Amino acid sequence: MAELTYREAVAEGIAQEMERDETVVFLGEDIAKAGGVFKATVGLYDKFGPDRVRDTPISEQAILGAAMGAAMTGLKPIAEIMFSDFLAVCWDIVANQIAKIRYMTNGQVSMPLVIRTANGGGARFGAQHSQSVENWSMMIPGLKVVAPSTPADVKGLLAAAIRDPDPVMFFEQKSLYSSKGDVPEGEHIEEIGVAKVVREGSDVTIIALAAMVPRALDAADRLYSEAGISAGVVDLRSLVPLDTKTIFEQVEKTSRLVTVEENPRLCGWGAEISSIVAEERFWDLDMPIIRITTPHIPLPSADELEDMALPSVERIFETVRQGVD
Amino acid sequence: MFQPKTKNKSTKRNPEPINVLSSEELTRYYREMLQIRRFEEKAGQLYGMGLIQGFCHLYIGQEAVVVGMQAAAKTQVDSLITSYRDHGHMLATGMTPRGVMAELTGRKGGYSKGKGGSMHMFSREKKFFGGHGIVAAQVPIGTGLGLAHQYNEDGGVCMTYYGDGAANQGQVYESFNMAALWKLPVVYVIENNHYGMGTSVSRASATQELYARGTGFGIPGVRVDGMDVVAVKAAGEIALNHARNGDGPYILGMQTYRYRGHSMSDPAQYRTREEVSQVRAERDPIDRVRQQIIDGKHASEAEIKNIDDEVKAIIADAAEFAQQSPEPELSELYTDVLVEA
Ligand SMILES: Cc1ncc(C[n+]2csc(CCOP(=O)(O)OP(=O)(O)O)c2C)c(N)n1
Ligand SMILES: [Mg+2]
Repeated sequence: MAELTYREAVAEGIAQEMERDETVVFLGEDIAKAGGVFKATVGLYDKFGPDRVRDTPISEQAILGAAMGAAMTGLKPIAEIMFSDFLAVCWDIVANQIAKIRYMTNGQVSMPLVIRTANGGGARFGAQHSQSVENWSMMIPGLKVVAPSTPADVKGLLAAAIRDPDPVMFFEQKSLYSSKGDVPEGEHIEEIGVAKVVREGSDVTIIALAAMVPRALDAADRLYSEAGISAGVVDLRSLVPLDTKTIFEQVEKTSRLVTVEENPRLCGWGAEISSIVAEERFWDLDMPIIRITTPHIPLPSADELEDMALPSVERIFETVRQGVD
Repeated sequence: MFQPKTKNKSTKRNPEPINVLSSEELTRYYREMLQIRRFEEKAGQLYGMGLIQGFCHLYIGQEAVVVGMQAAAKTQVDSLITSYRDHGHMLATGMTPRGVMAELTGRKGGYSKGKGGSMHMFSREKKFFGGHGIVAAQVPIGTGLGLAHQYNEDGGVCMTYYGDGAANQGQVYESFNMAALWKLPVVYVIENNHYGMGTSVSRASATQELYARGTGFGIPGVRVDGMDVVAVKAAGEIALNHARNGDGPYILGMQTYRYRGHSMSDPAQYRTREEVSQVRAERDPIDRVRQQIIDGKHASEAEIKNIDDEVKAIIADAAEFAQQSPEPELSELYTDVLVEA
């Protein structure tokens, strides 16, 4: 094991795959010479050179369109969209082109590409640079959607995403870039579509994603020590495919379900999970499902307001405590 | 100068500065540019102290562009819109240093009560329409502001500012076509400070004459020394007249330079210190106009010193206000999402 930051794990995951497969190419804004605005791709340009690691103009439609075109004949592009908010600038390529090409070509053309992007709030960047938009991708058939919470998963899931024959939306949480964790040495690959029970519990299951996972874990610690509630925490890791097997197992075990989402409330991924669980495991539930989300608002820039908007450890703790009581 | 053949003669005039500016004008431009510079330096300090968080993109080095354009514009009639590098534009329209600085510190006294932050401020009263974080999004929006000027026949023109990096976004060219097709009163002001984040124009753009990219749409474009407020004003007048007279859009390619990093978190390792210090030493827009004032005996050293002191006091007051203004009410989180919550 080696201790890496979340951002270092990004570069490691990409390097691992670029080394083993020369069809992997990487493009994006300031990703090469500058090593990325979040310094998550440092060293790749020096290692793999300008043909494989390219700085692009500020042209998101062309970036994703070019990635798609390259993927159509078998290259495996990784395209970076600097902030996930900017996906809206090139959403046509994602939603109408990349997601649908395999279907429309009767399987002749697949899309082995990865779109990496920095997602989420907490950095005081305001309404156009802080959104959690993983749910936008979840609602488009034809995309896989991954959002890791630890450096080990960043590396392993990114590697898996690159090898995946289908398009993968890879959401890195920008407030986690400096977080650290152990990452297995040597080749490391994880399976996409498998959730991870990161804390066992018997009273309630908290399902979280990305930055909400460490918050849910902290809240679970407090629930145990301050309220005697045994809360299990599931790191969902991917929204598509969705690991309903693990979700159902935990619901059967604890009979109570809480989801913690960073996305705004309406049509957040927790609503989908709530609906699936209500349809399939209604009789296992002892308590109405609770969704903890960012309110249905754009994110403010001011620190106190932003802190109030995002689900906090305190809010998770209080909401779960009151719900279970 | 790029000039499609179909254009009338008046737009063929070379926008060389004709130095007929009054002492009052020159000292005013000096004061306005200095105010922006001092404001930005103060913002940089407050950022360093942790009082400003998130993004903060300073305009230092580029002051002559917006000050020269505002000097050419009809204030209260013409509108403007720009990117996130917006503090200078706001001050140049007469928005208060207090209100802008308090927005940077995320306080109630800020133009958006702290909800917008450095990148997102607006004043309808001053016809300043933001403050936009998505690179180039302001270009079609500014085109729409031009559409409204035309529809309302209010005689106004929208000055739509964007950077050299933004010039590579597709929506710029959709806007050009629409503006030219409908002869919209829009002046596109390209602030070519030579870098889009860490990427120089030569690494990002197939051609570097960004002002000439309207040629295919029949939009005239000129290159302007954006470090010379007098040249900017002269070019601005020609462009604004053209648009105001119903001749359609115009492009001004301002050659300028940013002295600081892209944002406060950028160590700017993609260029040499010498490059920056050379521009500062040889082309600084504020030094330049100061010299013009002294050479032309438009004001005495003492009068200039007086302006410096006044500006300093205004900025100190703004910084004080921005720290004393209370935090926004937490209930503000839910206001203005829609007209009614
Ligand atoms: C659509 C979009 N892509 C990328 C970014 C990230 N970004 C912010 S500023 C910037 C550089 C823009 O450069 P330029 O247009 O030259 O303006 P300058 O910062 O030099 O004023 C980039 C890439 C963004 N905000 N929006
Ligand atoms: Mg620039």
